[in-house]
Amino acid sequence: MQDLVAKRFLEIAPEADFVSLRFLDEKSEIIGVRDDVLLPLQSGCNTGAMITVMDRGGLGYAATSDISKGGLRRAAQRAVDWARSVSGRMVHDFSEVEMPSPRGRYESPVAESWDGVPLTDKIALLLRASESAKCSDSIVNRELFLWYTSFDSLYLTADGGEVEQRFHLMAPDIRVTANRGNESQTRSLGSRGHCRQGGLEVLSRIEFEKQATQLAIEADELLDAENCPSDRMDLLLAPDQMMLQIHESIGHPLELDRILGDERNYAGTSFVTLDMLGSYQYGSELLNVTFDPSRVGQFASYAFDDDGLSAQKAHLIENGRLVRALGGGISQARAGVDGVANSRSCSWNRPPIDRMANLNVEPGDSSFEDLVSRIERGVLMRTNRSWSIDDSRNKFQFGCEWGRIVENGKLGALVKNPNYRGISASFWRSLKGVGDESSFEMLGTPFCGKGEPNQAMRVGHASPVCLFGDVDVFGGEQ
Amino acid sequence: MNTNLREDFFGLADVLIEKRAPGEEMRLWFSGEQSSFVRFNNAAVRQPGAVEQGFLSMELIRGQRHSAVTVALSGDKDIDGARLEKALAGLRLELECVPDDPYLLLPEDPKSTEQARANRLPPPEEAVQEILEAARGTDFVGIFASGGIFHGFASSLQQRSWFESYSFHLDFSLHTKANKAIKDSYAGFEWSRSRLESKLEDAREKLAVLDRPVKELTPGKYRVYLAPAAMEEITSLLSRDAFGLRGHRNKTSSLLKMVNGEATLSPLVTMEENTAGGVGPSFDKEGFIKPSTVTLVDEGRLTGALVSPRSAGEYGVPTTAASNGEYPEALEVGPGKLASSEVLSSLDDGIYIGNLWYLNYSDRLSCRITGMTRFGTFWIENGRVSAPTPAMRFDESLYKMLGTNLEDLTREQELILDPSTYYARATRCARLPGALVRDFTLTL
Repeated sequence: MQDLVAKRFLEIAPEADFVSLRFLDEKSEIIGVRDDVLLPLQSGCNTGAMITVMDRGGLGYAATSDISKGGLRRAAQRAVDWARSVSGRMVHDFSEVEMPSPRGRYESPVAESWDGVPLTDKIALLLRASESAKCSDSIVNRELFLWYTSFDSLYLTADGGEVEQRFHLMAPDIRVTANRGNESQTRSLGSRGHCRQGGLEVLSRIEFEKQATQLAIEADELLDAENCPSDRMDLLLAPDQMMLQIHESIGHPLELDRILGDERNYAGTSFVTLDMLGSYQYGSELLNVTFDPSRVGQFASYAFDDDGLSAQKAHLIENGRLVRALGGGISQARAGVDGVANSRSCSWNRPPIDRMANLNVEPGDSSFEDLVSRIERGVLMRTNRSWSIDDSRNKFQFGCEWGRIVENGKLGALVKNPNYRGISASFWRSLKGVGDESSFEMLGTPFCGKGEPNQAMRVGHASPVCLFGDVDVFGGEQ
Repeated sequence: MNTNLREDFFGLADVLIEKRAPGEEMRLWFSGEQSSFVRFNNAAVRQPGAVEQGFLSMELIRGQRHSAVTVALSGDKDIDGARLEKALAGLRLELECVPDDPYLLLPEDPKSTEQARANRLPPPEEAVQEILEAARGTDFVGIFASGGIFHGFASSLQQRSWFESYSFHLDFSLHTKANKAIKDSYAGFEWSRSRLESKLEDAREKLAVLDRPVKELTPGKYRVYLAPAAMEEITSLLSRDAFGLRGHRNKTSSLLKMVNGEATLSPLVTMEENTAGGVGPSFDKEGFIKPSTVTLVDEGRLTGALVSPRSAGEYGVPTTAASNGEYPEALEVGPGKLASSEVLSSLDDGIYIGNLWYLNYSDRLSCRITGMTRFGTFWIENGRVSAPTPAMRFDESLYKMLGTNLEDLTREQELILDPSTYYARATRCARLPGALVRDFTLTL
């Protein structure tokens, strides 16, 4: 179908300063089981195209699921009409923006093909895992999902640019809830946090079936745990909480479109300003953060962004110092600063905006045991369950599913309802230990919300375990 | 995509339903929109565009087995015919692989319904021109979404239902140089330039107060007024998991203490799903018609739940035709006795909270909620607007803010249309009063 769409695009591309077409052909399947009963299968075929036009200094887009020649022609005309009707009244003169004319390909690595395993086997796997999670009378809810998506993306420009990218995405999920009276405790894979590019090997890597049992045991154990203590203390964050911490208090504040004010009505602004780039001490010298679309198998790896910019790994924070923001070609032109190839859209029906892709904390040199041994009094927290941060991405409060006291260099009792709060601008400066490769995990989420119109985006976050000092930690009410 | 979507959908449904094999039933759901989206920043256009999309969900049922697929429709009969033929063949193969579904429920008394609202919208370019003129001289940010929203249902049980609505939603904020902001929206079905200008003028006047020196606040307990938009943030969070029967039964509801009869809200609080007063379709994706109203909380006590057809099958109770997520589409919180004109004097010394932001649970057992103040939040002194406040974090139990610490709700309710556009333009809404609350806890 891509050849047909490419041919039609050449035939209908209007006369304008710049014209691109982005075509997506996506297939998805969700297989779910709740309490040993198969949920209705959900599959989808989502096909459509967006045409973007820059002309006379204006920009316009039109998206359509009608990819016939007539449908694409109407969309192109609509995009031209919008570009011309708002010319001179836009936030930027788009005639000054140089758009790339890229050529290239990308495909996600796959070791074990989703389509190579019969549906009955996948259902059987979920049912076995569900059964194994019923390990105690306290277990009241077990939900398990396999979500597989594959899509072909074709990006064309009227001046000959052509990029083909093929993605294979796996997002498994398990949620197990234990209950006694008014107390319910849930353990999960972190809202599809173990999503990756690839096939069924993603499940083997995390030992999906064993996870179901382990999470059920942990949910049951939490019912008997004490509440997390409330005090200022050390905080040791596992990668499946670091993921959220990176996302909310480094990723979003560094998005150039937020800094430029585009998101002020919805997702918010940023405490970061353009003059901080190159000089601001974002965190302690142990903090190294990269934008890395090249990491093999990570959820948001790609070769080109959705405006056709070639994607490369780049440091955003180096030895604690802010060196670069998260902005694609258009935002870079508007702001006059360097950025990265992160102009992305969630599908064919939404325009690209600045998004995180893979945003990672690079490993340090401390083992998990080293970090624990350095803690006089603190808490180890795993798996995000609650997140809230202000619109400039500064004052945050996050909660986890599971906690464990650390005292005098040793792991202690299990605690429930662990939370902590802080301020981004000072929190990262309290980073006093970064785990090595042995604790480094590649995670992500399919659901980063942002943009007007709204877009839920796939992003990846990899991190080792990290140690922070003097953090405001607290638990539940009883 | 053409403009005869209703006829196209029902025609396509006839063709597909005709393709059933003996013993098969079929349910079809259409979801489409023809939208313009124009994004603004600094009172200029950031991204203008159009989206036309249509999706057909086809569910094939044989006995207690069923499977469904959703396909993007191109509008081209040949392309769509080939896609759907392939999809139907795929469903037949899946039915060979899936076990009987014990919770599959079909309508016992299938009914059809029609809701169609005429298109009275101006061309989007005209509206954008008027918005830019009205916003001139301000730091105006936001989005204008406009156009038709369409939903259809058809089944082999002879049901044919259709929903068609043309609406606009301008969701905007005005910002000061210090980036303090007033947020408002102008939404409806018939555009009025004078109404737009009045909305912006009102926001401009409120913005002037934000230029005053900020009243610094320290963590502690405060007397606050939660405006309807702030209340909507609270009810939106609750809507995720508080009102569904499944959550009540499997103990994952954030209102578990109320489910267990061990907690109540204030007797002032009544909540209902008011489909009759909503702006979305009255039928669901499985052919069930929603009741006009479902009482959820009656004078502080949890008395009802939203029940999807699947939960109805599982728990043996009647369905309320809720979506599978069992969240409200048209939640109404009943009014109180406080006149809106007396809010400031009743607040006396405290915080007028125009909006809240990024709410989440900090302790689900206690239904304790954290979040931030945002947009149009002021320090009130002696019943008068005194100064803007910094963005503050709160952390408070619902059982306190709408329970023991709730003093009153406003007599007037506000209809708040959901501006959400994830995947498609929403048709949810809420009708809410403001709330006067004592000892509201700010933490950071």
